[in-house]
Amino acid sequence: MLAIQNLHVRIPDREILKGLDLDVRAGEVHAIMGPNGSGKSTLASVLAGKPGYEVTAGGATFEGEDLLALPADERARRGIFLAFQYPLEIPGVANMTFLKAAMNARRRGQGEKDLTTPEFMKQVRTSADSLGITQEMLRRALNVGFSGGEKKRNEILQMALLEPRLAILDETDSGLDIDALKVVADGVNRLRAPGRAFLVITHYQRLLNYIVPDAVHVLSGGRIVRSGGPELALELEERGYADYAEVA
Amino acid sequence: MPTTPRSPEGRPAAAPVMPIRTPAETALVEAFALARERLPGDPDVRARAFAPLEKGLPHRRIEEWKYTDLHALLREVKPLAAPPDAAAVKAIRKGGLPLGKAEAIRLVLVNGSFVPALSDLDALPAGVEVVPLGRALAEGQPWLARLGEAGAPADNAAVALAAAFAGDGVMIRLAAGAEVERPILLAHVQQGDGHAAYARSLVIAEARASATLVESHSGPGAHQTGSLLEILAGQGASLRHVKLQGEAAGTVHLATLAVRLDAAAAIDSLVVERGAALARQQMFVTFAGEGARAALKGVTLAGGIRHLDTTAVIDHAVPGCISTEQFKAVIDGRARAVFQGRINVAPRAQKTDARMVMRALMLSEGSEADLKPELWINADDVQCAHGATASAIDEEQIFYLAARGIPRPEAETMLVEAFVAEVLDAAPEAVRAAARALAATWLKERD
Repeated sequence: MLAIQNLHVRIPDREILKGLDLDVRAGEVHAIMGPNGSGKSTLASVLAGKPGYEVTAGGATFEGEDLLALPADERARRGIFLAFQYPLEIPGVANMTFLKAAMNARRRGQGEKDLTTPEFMKQVRTSADSLGITQEMLRRALNVGFSGGEKKRNEILQMALLEPRLAILDETDSGLDIDALKVVADGVNRLRAPGRAFLVITHYQRLLNYIVPDAVHVLSGGRIVRSGGPELALELEERGYADYAEVA
Repeated sequence: MPTTPRSPEGRPAAAPVMPIRTPAETALVEAFALARERLPGDPDVRARAFAPLEKGLPHRRIEEWKYTDLHALLREVKPLAAPPDAAAVKAIRKGGLPLGKAEAIRLVLVNGSFVPALSDLDALPAGVEVVPLGRALAEGQPWLARLGEAGAPADNAAVALAAAFAGDGVMIRLAAGAEVERPILLAHVQQGDGHAAYARSLVIAEARASATLVESHSGPGAHQTGSLLEILAGQGASLRHVKLQGEAAGTVHLATLAVRLDAAAAIDSLVVERGAALARQQMFVTFAGEGARAALKGVTLAGGIRHLDTTAVIDHAVPGCISTEQFKAVIDGRARAVFQGRINVAPRAQKTDARMVMRALMLSEGSEADLKPELWINADDVQCAHGATASAIDEEQIFYLAARGIPRPEAETMLVEAFVAEVLDAAPEAVRAAARALAATWLKERD
């Protein structure tokens, strides 16, 4: 589903990814772990199509097509979803208006008709209830006045409604207390499906107690330096990232 | 109001500049000579109104016109419009007004002439009296004496144009205590290819009267339109004002709202400007009695090569009044939006509370915003604040929406709607849909 080969990415003043390789197949959950500054969020941003990153070598394909040639909105319509580490607040845009625009954009991308208002309302209510998102939160402006946990739950709500093929979770666990973490993890686990893959980016092993991955990769110095099963996450929790300190 | 730029010491900075008359300025003098005899009312009164224009149109060296140089921008003078014919009236009856009969008390001016056949004079609620200005001028009417009382400066070019050339308009009296539920619509409609049409209106709101006044400007063609609306708000009167400026793309529109507020009176105004090639909306608010309140809001939607100017002057002449101003401009293409806001606080106007915010959202490289807040504070126990910002669309927000599959044009539309919603949502319920529609069509046309 996602194949990344020898990916080199730089921002104006330095190179961040230095030859990253990764293969994710449909139905799999891959965790990317690594110390701060190893390039985890850059990887998420580049895959989602955020401007400001220059790919200097290598590439990535999504379902066989050159992913990096597509604009961000096109990637999203094809089924790539990025759950933001810091979801944006957009004053004046109602959460519901935003959700409807996003769902209809995704549907149009798949050649489907726009949702009717009752269909939309029903889908939103069902998903929102399971994530403990109140009607009041849905009526508010997008993420405005939301707590950190509410913002993350709102991200998972969007993911549930957009039914992505590949979901990238960028440090979704950051800033969450244990209860919120469980709600978010349950939300993700409900969406696990044979046709859907997840890339779970995290600094801590904690999240992986709830979202059990098929594979764990250690990102350090802009490359994947080690890959293994779920047990690798436990090892990292115990020993830290010291073994993977970037060689200057 | 200084007419020549002055150095900080207060001496004239240079000899007054007297540019050579442009062809338009010459044509204006000629047009007035013709109109003066034709228009109703005392020709000498009109001559006095026109006098400031004998010297020509204001230019950029006059501070209030620095960003809207009429001397340079007005290239020609259109002929004064004739009253509309039956076909024009019929076309408007079929659907040329922003509010229907059920929604508003409609008073309609076509090409600057009041048209009783399109107006709801037979359905005026108790406490509302309407006299067309043309008739009042021709027959004489005591309310005429109150023209000019609202504080519109007679030496201002836009005020002078309307006062000199307006042959018609409406005079409205709201009786003491009258509470008018339905909005009163002052519709200014143009029909024809290109003409000049000016209107002058007066609202006398007696003590504790309340009403909503809606001004609309629309109609195809490339015209020169001007309006002067004066509001005298008596003690405790409460007025809402909405202006929907949707002039055709080639029109030059110069408009003034002047409001004088007696003690405890209130005005809430919302101006939506989206049309015309060149437009200037002036607002002059004078606090004449203590405890009065003025809230001015505006949304300017400038696209193409439009030049839209909003100029507001608030005179806190007496103590204890509150003014708030919130203006937003969205600027696209090579358009230019000007906002000038001046707050004057007189030495005796203690306990004044005045706040002014202007924000511009720039959508293109070629767009321009000129924001000029001015506070002239001569009292010490006051609260005055102002803020002015100009910014581009937030690329982080665009990316967030893109990451959810929303294409850039749709994302920009959402963000622009969000930017102006805060102001448009303050419109009275009956007019909100019409105000939103002006914004929605503007956004649609930019795609």
